[in-house]
Amino acid sequence: MKFPRAPRVAMLLLSLACVLLLAGCQRSDDLPFKLTNIRGHMPDLQFQLTDDNGKAVTAADYRGKVALLYFGYTHCPDVCPLTLAQLHATLQKLGPQSNDVRILFVSVDPARDTPAALHAYVNAFDKHTVGLTGSPGAIEALSKRYRSAFTREPSGAGGNYEVTHSSAIYVFDQNGHARVLSANAPPEDLVHDLKLLLTGGTSP
Amino acid sequence: MKRGFALLACVLCAGLVHAGTAPHVSASQAWIRVLPGALPAGAYALLRNDGDKPIALTGADSAAYGMAMLHRSSETGGTSRMAMVDAMPIPAHGTQALAPGGYHLMLMDAKHPVQPGDTVRITLKFSDGSTLPVDFVARPASALGG
Ligand SMILES: [Cu+2]
Repeated sequence: MKFPRAPRVAMLLLSLACVLLLAGCQRSDDLPFKLTNIRGHMPDLQFQLTDDNGKAVTAADYRGKVALLYFGYTHCPDVCPLTLAQLHATLQKLGPQSNDVRILFVSVDPARDTPAALHAYVNAFDKHTVGLTGSPGAIEALSKRYRSAFTREPSGAGGNYEVTHSSAIYVFDQNGHARVLSANAPPEDLVHDLKLLLTGGTSP
Repeated sequence: MKRGFALLACVLCAGLVHAGTAPHVSASQAWIRVLPGALPAGAYALLRNDGDKPIALTGADSAAYGMAMLHRSSETGGTSRMAMVDAMPIPAHGTQALAPGGYHLMLMDAKHPVQPGDTVRITLKFSDGSTLPVDFVARPASALGG
């Protein structure tokens, strides 16, 4: 699978710029988030994929939970495990409230990431993580929906390759509304914002 | 006479063993993030160069893995990228880390399953032709450091 990179990145940057511009006229009744507020600027969570138990799932299956959406793949040995390990530490800081959170790890390498492979992978990090895979079309649709970029292309002989993917974590509230985006923000900021959402921070 | 010969042999042996060892580079906090199944693993360590000249890590070898490659992850405009690199410079009298989200060794084709708690020897290779065997401790997937 190959997603054109430049336009997607440009879109993401453009959308981030918009979010920043609009931050000034954000409705004052919103929660005092520390991360980038994306309320109203990113669509509600929506997908049709297969979970790591092999079950067909949609975004509706995660209503009632705060969902953290992250794109990656299991053969990514450095950044994806770092992010998932950090999210595990974040959820540990939430204590029992972490049961109301789901980390949705969407594979952008569905050819190799079978539900079984994803199951072993996500459970090595945190039990609140769901591995999601599906048809290349369904994954591309979800990736496009959140203007998330991904490429994985051979760049030479001898198994050399280069990987790029969005490092953003998209946070959705219990009703599936997009609320904040974390792009390399300090982990404490994510803990802070998750606590806000978990203590009655649902949007109308 | 006999004793003198034995002593000489010993000195020669020791000389051979240490011939290729990087004289000024040391490693600490060496660890591997173990992932399930046959997935590639990242290896990390803090390297210190006590020499008067800069040196560069250029590669690695391990009997426990079929392949070890020097990689670097970086981040630009919300996008993470990982690429192979030829060398990781370590300044004179300075340190450079192999750390998550930056330079790392990518280990592939484990000969035997590596479990958290295991120690894995990896030989680091440097730009001056010297090498340094380092024992890396295997940590669970969710570890945040060594
Ligand atoms: Cu790598």
